[in-house]
Amino acid sequence: MTVEDLLEKQTEETERQAALENRILCCTAAGCVSCGADGIRGAIAGEIKAQGREGKVEVCGTGCMGLCSQGPLVLSAADRKLYGNVTAADAAALVSPNPIDRQALAPREIDLGAPFFIKQTKIVLANSGRVDPERLDDYIAAGGYQALAKALNEMTPKETVEAVRKSGLRGRGGAGYPTGLKWELVAKQAAPVKYVVCNADEGDPGAFMDRSVLEGDPHRVLEGMAIAGYAVGAQQGYIYVRGEYGLAIQRLQTAIKQAEREHLLGSRILEQGFQFRIDLRIGAGAFVCGEETALIASIEGKRGQPRQRPPYPPESGLWGAPTLINNVETFANIPAIVEKGAEWFSAIGTANSKGTKVFALAGKIVNTGLIEVPMGATLREILFEIGGGIPSGKFKAAQTGGPSGGCIPEQFLDVPVDYESLARIGSIMGSGGLIVMDETSCMVDVARFFMEFCMEESCGKCIPCRTGTVQMYDILRRMTTGEADEDDLAMLKGLSELLRETSLCGLGQTAPNPVVSTLKYFAGEYEAHIRDHRCPAGHCGLEAKEATR
Amino acid sequence: MPPNAPAAAPKDNREKLLERAMSRHQYSGDALIEVLHTAQELYGFLSPHLLTAIAHKLRLPPSRVLGVASFYHFFSLKPKGEHTFTVCLGTACYVAGALGLVERLEKRCCKAGTTTPDGKVSVETARCIGSCGLAPAVIYDGAVLARVTPEGLDRELERIGAK
Repeated sequence: MTVEDLLEKQTEETERQAALENRILCCTAAGCVSCGADGIRGAIAGEIKAQGREGKVEVCGTGCMGLCSQGPLVLSAADRKLYGNVTAADAAALVSPNPIDRQALAPREIDLGAPFFIKQTKIVLANSGRVDPERLDDYIAAGGYQALAKALNEMTPKETVEAVRKSGLRGRGGAGYPTGLKWELVAKQAAPVKYVVCNADEGDPGAFMDRSVLEGDPHRVLEGMAIAGYAVGAQQGYIYVRGEYGLAIQRLQTAIKQAEREHLLGSRILEQGFQFRIDLRIGAGAFVCGEETALIASIEGKRGQPRQRPPYPPESGLWGAPTLINNVETFANIPAIVEKGAEWFSAIGTANSKGTKVFALAGKIVNTGLIEVPMGATLREILFEIGGGIPSGKFKAAQTGGPSGGCIPEQFLDVPVDYESLARIGSIMGSGGLIVMDETSCMVDVARFFMEFCMEESCGKCIPCRTGTVQMYDILRRMTTGEADEDDLAMLKGLSELLRETSLCGLGQTAPNPVVSTLKYFAGEYEAHIRDHRCPAGHCGLEAKEATR
Repeated sequence: MPPNAPAAAPKDNREKLLERAMSRHQYSGDALIEVLHTAQELYGFLSPHLLTAIAHKLRLPPSRVLGVASFYHFFSLKPKGEHTFTVCLGTACYVAGALGLVERLEKRCCKAGTTTPDGKVSVETARCIGSCGLAPAVIYDGAVLARVTPEGLDRELERIGAK
């Protein structure tokens, strides 16, 4: 496919879609699929046939529409009406040209003018819920692969790196390292072989952003990686994706095949000299493989254990070659930056955190689901306007950053969400999991939960992490059963410091974060557990144990 | 054919399929994890015999193969039950009461991480399956069940005739 073919294909597909009377879009992301979206899609397809509406009405699957709590979701594109909790019995009404037939669906119509929709800014998720992730033509109609064409035709690799640097994009995997600097480091290495790796080993409990992006818009990630390959001089890319993400793996495989067939990946991309292949590597369930050196070891077929840095992967990564590793969401931002320019991107967000961030809202919140907001939005906006607030009871804390992050109490609800502000209040941006807790959640137990996670996921290579997490877990466990004393609390604080200072990789270094942040903001709960053998949230069941003692 | 292979699995061309997976990667040791994925898909679990055979073909020390197979949670060194319940213990599911689901399964079947003596049911736990919008979630034989309750588990268990 040449650039002219690409533009022609876009026009052709756009006109084809415009000529239809209606397109019925069914959300087929993992959430909606597990409540029966595939059956609904099948029923609608059957109904189109039964009512003789082929060629006039079309049904297709899309990526995540965001409002997972009301799935399965179906969007009628012609009149822009979104329906929730749809069943197969609604198929006839959805297909019918007569608006009166839709009346039964009216109570389940979701207001697209609600804050959940209008308060969001979509870059990464721009196509999610709008295009069929299994059809390349859909992505092309939405302007897909034009950023790659622009990079190849109008920009040198150096200019491409420069555009990313100027945009101010920072790594969306959690640490927030400037993406442009990383690209520059890899680009200036003089090695003959270089690699581009996409980190899709999304392991933080409570995070499903990357999964949704891969399931909903896989071509965007492929395009971002191909642009990266062009910019840094790599011809081979790998996507390291979690083994648990079956649907994402399947859609990526389909997308790679489609792109190769049309010369958008592989050799002679867009009939030009550039070649870039992408292969999948399926993870096997080890959280530590999200750490870049462990991820490299795993792609090489070894135990996923991290190693000492430096050398950093941009100098010596996969098989010793310079390797660029970025997160899924980072790559998904690239096509938009190349197409619309660095200035456009850097106008969104705050002074040091540019662009948008995708969050997965879960826990005690009305609108569980997937959202994208500009950097600098406050937690109050995210949780109470977009998220719709707490279903019952009172807000207690929001947990960001998974087992490496912290709990944010009510007094910081108005802090803007960006890398620096969250670090200042003892949490991290993390990959984007945002879990809301109300007063029934016990903070000591939450700390215990995350410590158990780190203990089990510790790879065992360095001693502070291997044994330290076990000791910290044991203290926290005894606190929740009412067996800990003041000395334990002092020991817990000492160990937190030790792990942070002496662990080999990020897993051990950040493992104490949930403990430190809950100790800082919810010290009273720890004291109640230790001194009074009482759990203020009533979660640990200490009163009952006390009574039988 | 390795010993202890599930009796129900067809006695067909599994060996050939595994061979094909290895040759696709030119018998490279770097492809060990891909090969183990294929082997587990075909045989259900990784028996000692199977691991030794793979080590031999990929020209790797058996210790390296066992080291990798035992490092990753995804690989199972023991046969699985006829049905598997995997309870997600990610944060969102935990906050929504996933522990109660584990307790119910442990009470009715067996401890998490094991299989009932009759080989009917395996109980597993998982670290966030990324279906947080559906919390608490359970994977039952590969399909995600949303907003599961202990009573819902009872119904599933009765349906499959578990004791």
